[in-house]
Amino acid sequence: MPSEYKLILKHADQPGYTPDIECYLKHGGYEVLKKALAMQPLDLPDGKRKSPQEQLRDEVMKSGLRGRGGAGFSCGLKWSFVDRRSGKPIYLICNADESEPGTFKDRQIIHKDPHQLIEGMILSCFANDVKLAYIYIRGEMPQGAKLLNKALAEARAKNLLGKNILGSGYDLEIHVHRGAGAYICGEETGLIESLEGKRPYPRIKPPYFPAVLGLYMCPTIVNNVETLCNVKHIVAMGGAEFAKLGTPNNTGTRIVSLSGHVKRPGYYEIEVGKVTIGELINDPNFGGGLRDGRKLKAVIPGGSSAKVLKAGEKFKLKRKVDGKDVEQEVDMLDLPYDFDSLLQAGTMSGSSAIIVMDDSVDIVEALANISEFYAHESCGQCTPCREGSLWMSKALHRLTHGEGRKTDADYLEKIANNIPGGRTICAFGEACSWPVQSFVAKFKDEFVAKGAADEAKRAQNGVASNSAAAKRRETVAAH
Amino acid sequence: MSTAPTTESKPAPPAIEKIKVKVDGREVEVPKLSPDHAGKLVPTTMIQACEAARTDVPHYCYHPKLPVAGNCRMCLVEFGTPALGPDRKPVMNPDGTPKIAKSPRPAIACATPISPGMEIYTKTPAVKQMREGVLESLLINHPLDCPICDQAGECKLQEYSVDYGQSASRFVEAKVHKPKAVDLGPRIMLDAERCILCTRCIRFTRDVAGDDALGIINRGSYNTISTYPGMPFDNNYTLNTVDICPVGALTSKDFRFQMRVWFLKETKSVCTSCATGCNILISSREEKIYRYTPRENDGVNGPWMCDAGRLNYKWIHRDDRLKDVLVRGQKSSWTVALNEIAETLKRVPPGSAAIIASARQTNEELWLLSKLKAKLGAISDSVPRTGKGDNLLVDEDKNPNTNGARLTGISFTEMGINLSKIAAGIARGEIKTLIVFGEDLLKRAVDAKALREKELTSEVVTEHGITAELLGKLDTLIVSDILPSATAKLAHYVLPGCAHAEKRGTFTNRDGRVQRFMQAIQPPGDARPEWDFLHDLVYNVTGKNGFLTIEGLFNEMAKDVPAFNGLTWAGLGDIGVTVKV
Repeated sequence: MPSEYKLILKHADQPGYTPDIECYLKHGGYEVLKKALAMQPLDLPDGKRKSPQEQLRDEVMKSGLRGRGGAGFSCGLKWSFVDRRSGKPIYLICNADESEPGTFKDRQIIHKDPHQLIEGMILSCFANDVKLAYIYIRGEMPQGAKLLNKALAEARAKNLLGKNILGSGYDLEIHVHRGAGAYICGEETGLIESLEGKRPYPRIKPPYFPAVLGLYMCPTIVNNVETLCNVKHIVAMGGAEFAKLGTPNNTGTRIVSLSGHVKRPGYYEIEVGKVTIGELINDPNFGGGLRDGRKLKAVIPGGSSAKVLKAGEKFKLKRKVDGKDVEQEVDMLDLPYDFDSLLQAGTMSGSSAIIVMDDSVDIVEALANISEFYAHESCGQCTPCREGSLWMSKALHRLTHGEGRKTDADYLEKIANNIPGGRTICAFGEACSWPVQSFVAKFKDEFVAKGAADEAKRAQNGVASNSAAAKRRETVAAH
Repeated sequence: MSTAPTTESKPAPPAIEKIKVKVDGREVEVPKLSPDHAGKLVPTTMIQACEAARTDVPHYCYHPKLPVAGNCRMCLVEFGTPALGPDRKPVMNPDGTPKIAKSPRPAIACATPISPGMEIYTKTPAVKQMREGVLESLLINHPLDCPICDQAGECKLQEYSVDYGQSASRFVEAKVHKPKAVDLGPRIMLDAERCILCTRCIRFTRDVAGDDALGIINRGSYNTISTYPGMPFDNNYTLNTVDICPVGALTSKDFRFQMRVWFLKETKSVCTSCATGCNILISSREEKIYRYTPRENDGVNGPWMCDAGRLNYKWIHRDDRLKDVLVRGQKSSWTVALNEIAETLKRVPPGSAAIIASARQTNEELWLLSKLKAKLGAISDSVPRTGKGDNLLVDEDKNPNTNGARLTGISFTEMGINLSKIAAGIARGEIKTLIVFGEDLLKRAVDAKALREKELTSEVVTEHGITAELLGKLDTLIVSDILPSATAKLAHYVLPGCAHAEKRGTFTNRDGRVQRFMQAIQPPGDARPEWDFLHDLVYNVTGKNGFLTIEGLFNEMAKDVPAFNGLTWAGLGDIGVTVKV
């Protein structure tokens, strides 16, 4: 029977657990930090010495921790790219701009256990010789910002932050910065621009890789809230031990945000890859199944930008069984919920937000909703995304307001194909086009049928569907 | 040009490592580092390698003299790099060539550095499809109002539409509407619907002009270029944004709706508004000038020029231009006037003549006057003309040919030092003949503080003590000018001259760069290029001849003036040659 594995959320939901520092300390808080600050350089057999910082970074590398923000990039590798010889300060930014539709995991941590995040951040900062760090929190989370500021003040009062932390000689300050309400600020270079007080236009890479030319053109680490919390547990249990959680190359736990048409929507922490999508939806420990009398239609497995999975879809997964590589055909419900299996299924676990849709859903309406979000949030810096996202949204608005055409499915597909695959400055291009590509490809009948119905209705009402004048008259702007 | 005394004062660049890359199968060797917009050496990019291979990569936002933005995505190319084995050593093909690992994702050529052995593919179906996609995206919300757009004919959207456009649009939605005819500043209009948001204008004014005046408001497809509310876009370089705007979004209030660009003739010339000597193109049609635009010359102005200089052409078409040769106030002819003047000058006793020639005259004209000066034993000078300068292009010296006046011996290190001597000479009755070229001596000096901040063409002419009363004491006052003046009113002989747009010649700029300019339009009425009639006059007076054409005249002058030794008219080329000043 699959069940939750509570590592990050071990205490958060316990009755009586409060976000203040006393409660955190009572539950063993900041002990890991004390341990890390007391670490000694390690003498290696070859006569070299390994600083405590290097030891900590090694543990994170060993842990196999992958970023929890969306891309699933190795945290240890990301840290290894940091330019430590530039002579410039190194900055760390906690990305708390949790905005991907369907995702509500980071806010649980921030609201219920902010000190865990702060301890994870101090450890990560210490490991990377960071003296100044920022928490960039979504503007729409005012309560979270308040809680974090309170927690930081508490930590400062106990000399867990500030000058000479706990007598170790290490200085660190952390500031909270509130966003102003833009999804693009979750993109790390857009976030950096925003933090610098500019318009959050993602930077071009090359040359502006944050690890070399990040905040104020200094080496910068940007990590997700959950990722930074994991660092605390990696330091506590050791990288090798942490790597035993989850499955190979998909280590540790993840907090899954489950929403949509299940009986028990909510957040669930699981060992990565130990639970399947089907179990997350149907198991009484998790979603508890669909609403009565309903059938599954589709699942978006990683936040609204992930490609949709259609009920009944089958995938060929390469897996290791008894040490041998075998290819197995699995139903979408039997996909283990991890980074690699979902990639093999042509989608992604993204921000680990599962959106479940049953057969009551009008799939065209659902896509129109997603598309409108991305059209609204495109920063407009680069051409394909700026123009393509609104174009798709307008077409879908038309299709959901009785002005559709049979050809709109192909039309949408062609627009969407012009955006992703490295044509845009940042991954937003993929984020806005993948839903359209996947919805239209997998539910093409419904798109065509809707367009055909609209055409038939217009023909009945005597309006020519194809004259340019009619098109202009009928077209409704998406805004 | 090995014989020419060029003193291009650029230090020898340090040897830069060269690396080999392939562009569409063609191997080129390019420096590993190249100068960026500010001249700093940075890794050479794919677009520069493609340029070295003479392969055109279409682009909108990239501009070699601006920081890279990478936003238009028109320059996306495919590429590959030598494949590395697990031992980090290159993997070889059976034929011994390095195996190339093609990148699964394209890259923007404008920002991606090259690496040894890199192969860049600009002609693959995928690249073509990406360019088509970008162009389609740029056009869906564009108003497609080419028939009434000033940019038509020099528009990158039109240009690339020929290469990558579709004959019919598949876009059936309502277009995004944005503000039109937005008054951005005193000289610039914005049509936000035509804008493709390449941000060239923003980067120019922020990073080149040093005035962070423009930005983007709103989001996504609704993005719009804007100034801060209530802060007009008004610096002395705003019109450069019109030049670099790849589409018809930014237009010059001066030029918009005046003329279709394809009717304009472009003539290579030099700006005369200050000593910098920015290289320009004069756009004219049927003897009328419509605009000046900067002509790229990295030794002088790069691709830029100031607004004041750019708009300083209207006086050329003033109705009250001097068009007639006047002898004692009566309309006459060149033959009569020049013969009379020659006869008069031949009889002038040595030391009784003075020449005041403007440093707005060309090298050739000033040199001819210096010949006359030698013959007459005359005292000479030019009138200093100063105003506001800046750290970019505008010089405090408002004469375009100060160095030319010095090198030809008309004026001296301290220009204007002889003017009071000339005044005193006239007052004492020693100087009886005065030849004035291009100066109104009776224009009174203006207090520098009285000049308005923004008026960078405003100039202060040094007070020199030559008054109408003094001019009245002269036996002979010969004046050549372009516009009517109080001095010309008192002259016995008025010889109508030409604006630089109406003649050929050279100026020597503040750095000693000798730059030639060509004739764009015909002079009005009887006006003649000064060098042309001065040649006749000098021949009549001195008997010297041999330079009937501007080329011959220049070459003759180059032999005679030490600083110009070795120069030839042809050798000056389009960008000029620097001499020691």
